Amino acid sequence: MKHEELDEALDSFGDALASATRVTPGNALRPEDIAVDGVKPSEEVAQYALTLGDDALILAQRMSHWISRAPELEEDVALGNIALDVLGHARSFLTYAGLAWDKTEDDLAYWREEEEFTSLWIVEQPNGHFGVTIIRQLIVSIFQNLLYKQLTESKDETLAAISAKAVKEADYHRDHAIQWTIRLGQGTEESAAKMRHALEILWPYVDEMFRDEEVHQNLEGIAVLPSTLRSAWEEEITAVLDAAGLEIPSTGQAMAYGRRGEHSEHLGYLLAEMQVLARKHPGASW
Amino acid sequence: MAPTTPQEPGLSAVPSYEEEQSQARFDALIDQDSRVEPRDWMPEKYRKTLSRQISQHAHSEIIGMQPEANWITRAPSLKRKSILMAKVQDEAGHGLYLYSAAETLGTTRDEYNEQLLSGKAKYSSIFNYPARTWADMGAIGWLVDGAAIANQVPLCRASYGPYGRAMVRVCKEESFHQRQGFEILLSLSRGTEAQKKMAQDAINRFYEPALMMFGPPDEQSPNSQQSMAWKIKRFSNDELRQRFVGMIAEQVKVLGLTLPDPELHFDEEKKQWIHKDLNWDEFMAVIKGNGPVNAQRMERRREAHREGAWVREAAAAYAAKQAQSEVA
Repeated sequence: MKHEELDEALDSFGDALASATRVTPGNALRPEDIAVDGVKPSEEVAQYALTLGDDALILAQRMSHWISRAPELEEDVALGNIALDVLGHARSFLTYAGLAWDKTEDDLAYWREEEEFTSLWIVEQPNGHFGVTIIRQLIVSIFQNLLYKQLTESKDETLAAISAKAVKEADYHRDHAIQWTIRLGQGTEESAAKMRHALEILWPYVDEMFRDEEVHQNLEGIAVLPSTLRSAWEEEITAVLDAAGLEIPSTGQAMAYGRRGEHSEHLGYLLAEMQVLARKHPGASW
Repeated sequence: MAPTTPQEPGLSAVPSYEEEQSQARFDALIDQDSRVEPRDWMPEKYRKTLSRQISQHAHSEIIGMQPEANWITRAPSLKRKSILMAKVQDEAGHGLYLYSAAETLGTTRDEYNEQLLSGKAKYSSIFNYPARTWADMGAIGWLVDGAAIANQVPLCRASYGPYGRAMVRVCKEESFHQRQGFEILLSLSRGTEAQKKMAQDAINRFYEPALMMFGPPDEQSPNSQQSMAWKIKRFSNDELRQRFVGMIAEQVKVLGLTLPDPELHFDEEKKQWIHKDLNWDEFMAVIKGNGPVNAQRMERRREAHREGAWVREAAAAYAAKQAQSEVA
């Protein structure tokens, strides 16, 4: 069907629809624009963009599960917003990466196997209770905020443009996580205990975020070496935990190598759910 | 609220001079098509009717998130996932501003929520049908949101100000949702055989429940008359149903699919659409709690409330501590 015909059909909905306009957050720099205007990235840049896209995609998938399950309606909206933003980042990075291999964002999201995903273990960790999700958000959003801020200065213009938009949103995500960490850390005995527990179960996946891997090499001025973000991250998260009356737990660190495609036991289930419908209908468009 | 003087029980049967004056002012507002605002005097029955209607609408938005949230994690493309997430999130937003509008009638959001969780309050019975396939995301958008719009566009002119204003916002977003639903079905209808079949099956399942969203036939809907006199409602259930079925009868042709209603036709003489008899026994059974997923929907809402209790308590405790330290 031609566009004109579709418009005509949709117009038959009447005046009620004429005024309907809405720009969803995450759509300002649309993946479609990247696909059309983007310069094809080199293999190295594409691999790097893939790691950024995978982190965001898996996190968005986790966060989206909260919608309709949050502790209060305002949080259904807030967590939904965050999930939507992060999914937007994923779509942009994946679209860009895919240009190197003539693949779409959907080819990459739905048709890769678990061992081809390069996401960090922290993002695939289950939502748990609200406090676990908040601590995961605290750890990841401070990290992503620092990362995207640096990437706005990347010599790769597309990465810089995606990050320029992402950093503003990640800033809000960080704020949201900080406020809840303080509120729950200082709220009741019960909430403080739950937050301490959340820190204990998630802290083992911190080291992995800052490990420089092969994918980060040979991209000077383009990629950010994760190790260079660690001190700023530690300073910031320590200040937040201080304000919340919480402490960095003395847990060990997991041998986590998500960047190499080695994942925890959680990712398989997440992907099975995410990919099931698309894979049932190979070649279909939606 | 207007001041009331203590009265002997029984005396209230005869309105006081002040009450008569207030009633006259209220009647004049309605006559002139003006808006009644929260601080205006209003008859108790008007207040109760609105309070029930607006809160039911809010509850419907909240429960209505569930069938669609059910498909967010399985959406078949990232673009669809993104659109669906935005939609379900909009519904939470609609719930929020409808509760705000309802609160202006003197009942708190907590009380309304309690009414929902206890089962005392109702919500749109359409959400007690399961969303079995991805095509249901299309059918819900096109038919359920479509019926909601047909119902709600006239409500933008409802006599109660906060409700009318809330509805303007709701309608704008709903119409966007309806287009998205239609677009999902359009893609499916132009897709593989399996996709087409999925789309037709979803329409078959949602057609009749969607038509029943307008409520019972006029002759069985005693409250409608009063609501129309108060200009809360502007058209009768059957008038709205008529308008809607005529609209979708045309739109379904664009999809190349059919409505599961062999009797559906436009009667030139009566100048109206004739559709098949709807199963009102089933409608009543679903309202009474016996729909396929009433129990599931309620438990999910109660669970979210229960699991979130410690978070709300902590937030309240923190806010109290903050307030205290500001005083100190």
